[in-house]
Amino acid sequence: MSAIATPAIRLVDQLESGLDAPICLTWELTYACNLACVHCLSSSGRRDPRELTTAECMAVIDELERMQVFYVNIGGGEPTVRRDFWELVDYAVEHRVGVKFSTNGSRITPEVAARIARTDYVDVQVSLDGATASVNDRVRGPGSFDTAIRAMENLAAAGFRGFKLSVVVTRENVPQLDAFKGLADRFQAQLRLTRLRPSGRGADVWDELHPTAEQQRALYEWLLYHGESVLTGDSFFHLGGYGSALPGLNLCGAGRVVCLIDPIGDVYACPFVIHDEFRAGNVRDPGGFARVWRESELFTELRHPQHAGACASCGLFDKCRGGCMAAKFFTGLPLAGPDPECVLGHGERLLAERGDSPIPKPSVDMSKRAPRRVSARACDESPLALLRSP
Amino acid sequence: MLDRGWRLAPKVALRPEPFGALVYHFGTRRLSFLKSRLLLDVVSALADHGSARDACRAAGVAEDEMPRYERALATLAGSGMIVARDAA
Repeated sequence: MSAIATPAIRLVDQLESGLDAPICLTWELTYACNLACVHCLSSSGRRDPRELTTAECMAVIDELERMQVFYVNIGGGEPTVRRDFWELVDYAVEHRVGVKFSTNGSRITPEVAARIARTDYVDVQVSLDGATASVNDRVRGPGSFDTAIRAMENLAAAGFRGFKLSVVVTRENVPQLDAFKGLADRFQAQLRLTRLRPSGRGADVWDELHPTAEQQRALYEWLLYHGESVLTGDSFFHLGGYGSALPGLNLCGAGRVVCLIDPIGDVYACPFVIHDEFRAGNVRDPGGFARVWRESELFTELRHPQHAGACASCGLFDKCRGGCMAAKFFTGLPLAGPDPECVLGHGERLLAERGDSPIPKPSVDMSKRAPRRVSARACDESPLALLRSP
Repeated sequence: MLDRGWRLAPKVALRPEPFGALVYHFGTRRLSFLKSRLLLDVVSALADHGSARDACRAAGVAEDEMPRYERALATLAGSGMIVARDAA
């Protein structure tokens, strides 16, 4: 991303007050998935019977065209399991809405790869969370490494250059950053690293999988060294406190430049906060998506200056801007205050002090089997515990 | 730069915003921000004028501001967002 001409007002302030339409819109087309990744941020698995129909999806695309949304990031679940997936992709492209879709690769056959390679308006990102089968499959399930590699081989063989290899950075794969870069280079793909959030099933594994403070520092140095050649979806702006800002907008875009449409049309402030508190409306409501984006109470509020809270006196606030709202929310930390992975360790301290107070659970859980919950917190769901700690 | 005719590249979309505009290139998948409404007016006027200088004047860019707009247009040309009309 680049900005042109010197601004009178800082661009970041302009963006924080909101845009006429999102820059980066994530649209989870289905909660159905053939995998069951332990950190799935949307707790996907089974299809929701209330899923938007083909016609409803097309109506959303019509709206996006009118709003001049340049492209949508389609995800899930595994979006390609929807029978009308290609029909919707074609419809979006015909309406000049570009598509970048995330996939575990299971349906990227040579034929599909050739089809994607033919147009500039479709981009694909293949998810992989380990540069080796052993590291990846522990998180994404047996066989998922081979599936993703085969998909990338097919894309490369079809002549698709610059597709994305998308990695969620974990405690286990931080030592493999160079190996991921090597893999991406081998397939002439672009590496995309994103942050592990305690969202969806991610909450169950965050404690054991989120990078240690030492690893975060190493990750920051690595990202700084690789600059714009590695994409991050602006994931790691909370690390800006280490020194120079990383490439990107470096702000929380929730409800300001990004949002999420979920499979049943609910609109959330960002892909990582599937919770009633961050639900702004539904595309089926009168006025559709545009009205939710432009007029919903929640988004209007998010576009007002946010309180720095406990971070107000911190000299680094201008760099990290308090970090990620979702990371705070789903670890039970106050939104006005430090990120759980604050580079100064303030978040860690708060996590240690939070005791047994209840932690918000995602509003949606379509997991196929009972999700792996951390047993120490099971008692939080007892109403007695709630009465004792308001 | 200023004496040539330019236009928005094919596969590039321009979206006005309160602060200026967003420019997106579907081929390179790069996004740029035009950080003023005046620059948006200049870019929108490019195709209708024989030279970038005329487009700037028509949009109301002051003479002493020309170098700044020339640099901005050069950056847009460098990233393939606008293309010279005689080259296309």
